[in-house]
Amino acid sequence: MSGRKIISFMSQNAIYIVLVVLVIAIAIWDTRFLSLTVFRDILLQSSTRTIIALGAAFVLITGGVDLSTGRVVGLTAVLSASMLQTTDYAQRFYPNLGEMPLWLPIVIAIVAGLLVGLLNGFVISKFSIPPFIATLGTMVMVYGINSIYFDLPPNNSQPIGGLRPDFTNLGTGYVFGMPILVLIAIIVSILVWIVFNKTVLGKNMYAIGGNREAAIVSGINVGKNLLFIYAIAGALYGLGGVLEAARTGGATNNYGNMYELDAIAACVVGGVSTSGGIGTVPGVLAGVLIFGVINYGLTFIGVNPYWQLIIKGLIIVTAVAFDIRKYLAKR
Amino acid sequence: MGNRYLLEMINISKEFPGVKALDGVTIRVRPGTVHALMGENGAGKSTLMKCLFGIYRPDEGEILLNGQKVTITNSKDALNHGISMIHQELHPVPFRNVMENIWLGRFPLKGFGPFRFVDEKKMFADTQKLFQDLDMDIKPDTIVGSMSVSQIQMMEIAKAVSYNSKVIVMDEPTSSLTENEVAQLFKTIDELKERGVAIIYISHKMEEILKIADDVTVMRDGKLVGTWPASEMTIDMIISKMVGRDLTQRFPVRSNTPGEVLLRVEGLTSPFAKSFRNVSFELRRGEILGVGGLVGAQRTELVEALFGLRSVASGKIFINDREVKINSPIDAKKHKMALLTEERRVTGIFPVLSVMENTLVANQHQYVTPYKLLHQQKRKEDADRNVKMLRVKTPSLKTLIKDLSGGNQQKVIFARWLLTEPDILILDEPTRGIDIGAKFEIYTIIADLAKQGKSIIMISSELPELMGMSDRIMVMSAGQVSGFVDGASATEEEIMRLATRLLV
Repeated sequence: MSGRKIISFMSQNAIYIVLVVLVIAIAIWDTRFLSLTVFRDILLQSSTRTIIALGAAFVLITGGVDLSTGRVVGLTAVLSASMLQTTDYAQRFYPNLGEMPLWLPIVIAIVAGLLVGLLNGFVISKFSIPPFIATLGTMVMVYGINSIYFDLPPNNSQPIGGLRPDFTNLGTGYVFGMPILVLIAIIVSILVWIVFNKTVLGKNMYAIGGNREAAIVSGINVGKNLLFIYAIAGALYGLGGVLEAARTGGATNNYGNMYELDAIAACVVGGVSTSGGIGTVPGVLAGVLIFGVINYGLTFIGVNPYWQLIIKGLIIVTAVAFDIRKYLAKR
Repeated sequence: MGNRYLLEMINISKEFPGVKALDGVTIRVRPGTVHALMGENGAGKSTLMKCLFGIYRPDEGEILLNGQKVTITNSKDALNHGISMIHQELHPVPFRNVMENIWLGRFPLKGFGPFRFVDEKKMFADTQKLFQDLDMDIKPDTIVGSMSVSQIQMMEIAKAVSYNSKVIVMDEPTSSLTENEVAQLFKTIDELKERGVAIIYISHKMEEILKIADDVTVMRDGKLVGTWPASEMTIDMIISKMVGRDLTQRFPVRSNTPGEVLLRVEGLTSPFAKSFRNVSFELRRGEILGVGGLVGAQRTELVEALFGLRSVASGKIFINDREVKINSPIDAKKHKMALLTEERRVTGIFPVLSVMENTLVANQHQYVTPYKLLHQQKRKEDADRNVKMLRVKTPSLKTLIKDLSGGNQQKVIFARWLLTEPDILILDEPTRGIDIGAKFEIYTIIADLAKQGKSIIMISSELPELMGMSDRIMVMSAGQVSGFVDGASATEEEIMRLATRLLV
């Protein structure tokens, strides 16, 4: 009986076990891996990814998918960076722009992300276009819009640099010995957890993904809820894009390329069901961290980057194969 | 008919963690007969059949075919041994045609070596011959998605025959068939019997069983109760053997008294030609209005339109003498209506959500605190109270609803809608696929609600249920109301006559 209990515990917590095993395995390989600096670096690298993946989780749990993620990240990175350059920088995006208050460009960028999300949600709920197609469309459009903006004179598609220190401080600074970026990711995770578990919107999100037809019969306004959910997702990508710019100290129109796949991978590894209705914030965090540990750890012990890709791919498939056992019919 | 058995399952036992699902069950099936397998949901019928198909490995016991011991480890094995199953829910490939569905996985080929192609001509001819032999009128190149449920079922039966099956298991084959289609099915079954095929027939419909079965085996709680010739059985005898006690009454005593008119519907008409039209009726406070009719009478369409799930071309709806517009379930809820849909699995439950979330899903707004968060304690209390009140058998509120039995799932959906405090409850086949014991509990719930002054519209295809539970019965035929009868004094003949009145 206890053997069965162990197996059941293992499959219920497969993701967290994989994470711990990974850390232990890398640490055995090279004990220097177990250091505070390493963990801080991993958390730092995982922070923007966490925020973006949580946005993707909203959509996945409704049974949808969002391909526009990466391009929204690119758009908002460029938008915020273009308005937050130091006044003495040579190649300014807006040569005559004065010093804006820090929050304003950030809010503008997040609102831009939110608007793209609203567009996704509107098209999906109003015209019943499958999310895959609708967000494929916005993904392409947003890249086009971003590229036009990025190509405006006098910038003419030059990488945006010379960002203000108070802005880059968000991505690289510390408070109380804790990276600000990590702090932001933690706060966002808590907020998202609250939305998932304690609000009507969260409950409706699970219901819509769990059985859309039953949700309609239950008098849930599916269209309105989807609109909100895609908008929130867009806003989170927006925040992610802003922080990417702050972290790296620059932006180009190719920022965020393919982030949607990383976000989806982190979500599914973290136990979010692509058919909807299932997913938790701790799971998504574990999913992001697994990739963080792999990226950092494998480089740390000197694994060839191409091999890293193969290992990552294997992890995606095996983790999901284990996790899905929870939900398969018991025989 | 010889004495030898075609199929014997002897002393089959199967244990799951904590449950003895089958306990030494023996069933012997004669060739050329229909063998009814009966029992409440959870009695072990499907587990037994899954052992036959190798989906489960029995812990004990053996399976004999023509006296020979066989081991079956998967459904392909079963097919090779001439055992096939017509499932309750059919899963054809909808976008492909009939013959491709029948020969799937074993297409006739022509050519040689690597240049082998599907021999469409032979497939067509073989399929046609198969249908001719079985006296079925289906064209081999029809796209399956365009066929009716009964035609698809016929196709599945033909497929089973094409595998040379000697034993065909039919799980609730008539659950979505019309009267005429049932007659056609029974004709096919007779045809199969003549060929010496044995049919294991699983159904909850007693009348049907007595009409068609030769032998009846009853199971209860994973054990065999016994096997009898159908000719010696009556409905009451079967039921009492299934539930293990004498059933003195199938319906609770009702003490509701219909009051003033609450809902009035005038000339409700669908925009679609073949759907409901010109439907008018009144529903009183505390009244149970049964809605009878054959499958295809558009009863579900009517109530879904009332609830705002389908569009309406013309007609008026009055609640408390005030005209209301209901364009969506959201509007319907505002007017204190609730709908328990017919397809519990498709439009009722949220399978991967817990019992608690399933209970609260239609009622979340009641728990919003001033900070826009949900009041967790209140949610838990409400869910707990309602789940207890309706006697849902569940290990905990956190159990996923998909792990409950059909009857308990239905009770959770009742709990869900009761939390919205509706005045009008629309129940579409509320006891479909629910075992007899749980049915009585559902009936009791309905009677209690009516007594509390709730008005109930209940669609049912089971005449005894309609007559036993309704104050009045509205009978529909081909989309129109063909008449009203009094629940207490109506006869089955009267209802059937009304139900078929407008058929062309």
